[in-house]
Amino acid sequence: MVSGITLGQFLPGKSFIHKMDARSKIVLLMAFIVFIFLCRNFVSLLSMTIFGLIVIFLTRISFLKYLKSLRVILVVTILTGILNLFYGRGDVICEWWIFRITSGGINNAIFVIVRIAILVMISAVLTYTTSPTDLTDGLERLMKPLTIFHIKVHEIAMMMTIALRFIPVLLEETDKIMNAQKARGADFESGSLIRRVRSLIPILIPLFVSSFRRAGELAMAMECRCYNGGKNRTRMKVLHYGYRDLLAVICCGAVFTGVILTNNYFGALI
Amino acid sequence: MSIIKAENLRFVYSPGTSFEKTAIDDVSFEIEEGEFVGVIGHTGSGKSTLVQLLNGLLRPDEGRIILNGKDIWEKPKKIREIRFKVGMVFQYPEYQLFEETVYKDIAYGPGNMGLDNEEIDKRVREAASFVGLRDDQLEVSPFELSGGEKRRAAIAGVIAMDPDVLILDEPTAGLDPLGRDALLSRIVDYHNVRKNTVLLVSHSMEDIARLADRILVMSHGKKYMLDDSEKVFSKGRELEEIGLRVPQITKIMLMLKERGISADTSVLTVEHGFNEIVNLTGTAKGV
Repeated sequence: MVSGITLGQFLPGKSFIHKMDARSKIVLLMAFIVFIFLCRNFVSLLSMTIFGLIVIFLTRISFLKYLKSLRVILVVTILTGILNLFYGRGDVICEWWIFRITSGGINNAIFVIVRIAILVMISAVLTYTTSPTDLTDGLERLMKPLTIFHIKVHEIAMMMTIALRFIPVLLEETDKIMNAQKARGADFESGSLIRRVRSLIPILIPLFVSSFRRAGELAMAMECRCYNGGKNRTRMKVLHYGYRDLLAVICCGAVFTGVILTNNYFGALI
Repeated sequence: MSIIKAENLRFVYSPGTSFEKTAIDDVSFEIEEGEFVGVIGHTGSGKSTLVQLLNGLLRPDEGRIILNGKDIWEKPKKIREIRFKVGMVFQYPEYQLFEETVYKDIAYGPGNMGLDNEEIDKRVREAASFVGLRDDQLEVSPFELSGGEKRRAAIAGVIAMDPDVLILDEPTAGLDPLGRDALLSRIVDYHNVRKNTVLLVSHSMEDIARLADRILVMSHGKKYMLDDSEKVFSKGRELEEIGLRVPQITKIMLMLKERGISADTSVLTVEHGFNEIVNLTGTAKGV
């Protein structure tokens, strides 16, 4: 019953992108997202899209997986697209009652839809190709400068690792508890909305209780192995920058510069 | 007439993916009303899948389950009613407790059946006394009970639905020896009073030998045998081949027999075994 969740799923592989350092992937992803919003005309938007698709191709993961990650936000995307149709200036293309579709509106809609789609797929590249441990390691290293503001970077990263690690465990547990309550005649599929929400109580309470119990046990087990935070802690797998990261930075740098140049050269549409 | 009958059951997990696994493969059997049947099998032999098929939590890919002469999946919308008739106690059932008081938690099942308050009250108190919970314990939060008491409260929650068939999936896992014996004897009492059918899944051959009339042996998703307890355990070698063993006392008898002593290999309990050995040594002295 609880399956088919692709968000935040890691798909092991040996592609160029898989082998890149987690830190460079995170930084380049953030830069990519900034630049996808800096695109101001179709030339730059198209080049960013093509660049995004090349990156996706390089991960050697079936394109279907990326389309699945889009499915989650499909409704939201289409809705924002439609809303954007009515906002915008320019030539009026058709008009009905208070609704007015302009050429500017159509441009807006296209930009919004393409941006969101690329945004989601390129974020999926990061989670699909980076193991949760590498991801949190990378984040921890990148956030290290924040320690001077007394932010507990290591603790935050550890919490993220633990949270990610326990998602499948919790899903399995939910399944078990659902079955046990179904055996006692619980009904999750019929009745009014309020009834259905109420029918979740017999699942949520046992789930909370066992999560707290598990958290306690895990804390105990970590203390038994002398865990006391990030201080003086060394790593088994140390992150390394390699030639791939350099190459990726150069490619991204080139494309991003291109975006700025085309923005200036072809003029801004939106 | 048999109360529950499985016909050529087949169940596959995640069909069509690389994780495809046939958990139940062409299993047929009949269980008579009022029987106490033990279900044994190596880990991953399909025991848990089988019992979940029997109360309609899983739907077989092929084959039918006949309960009281009717296919349980005849009306899929009415499958809840089947679950009231075939009560299922999962492994570690204490993790399903959720209500504010033990009383309310035991009443959850009967409440879902749509019974009136008077009947619910009667059933809750009966079920509680079957599993040995005191009246004052009914008003406390289930999370204040001890581990063994929680387990008994959860089992009471299923017994309170008064099912025709009661399935228990390793009810004694993780209990201390005293708690284990107490729980099992309460289940036997319940079985004797209500005369209903009980299926007990367990890894403890001693418990199964002591309690079950017949034993269903599962191996690699198939029915390996279903026979009287004595007959099943007299096939010690075959059971060991599929990763099971026989009760220790039966093992002793089998070893004696292999050495040419005419020991009775249908011995299942220590008392019976003791008498048998006394008899044997007696005759040996006589010679």
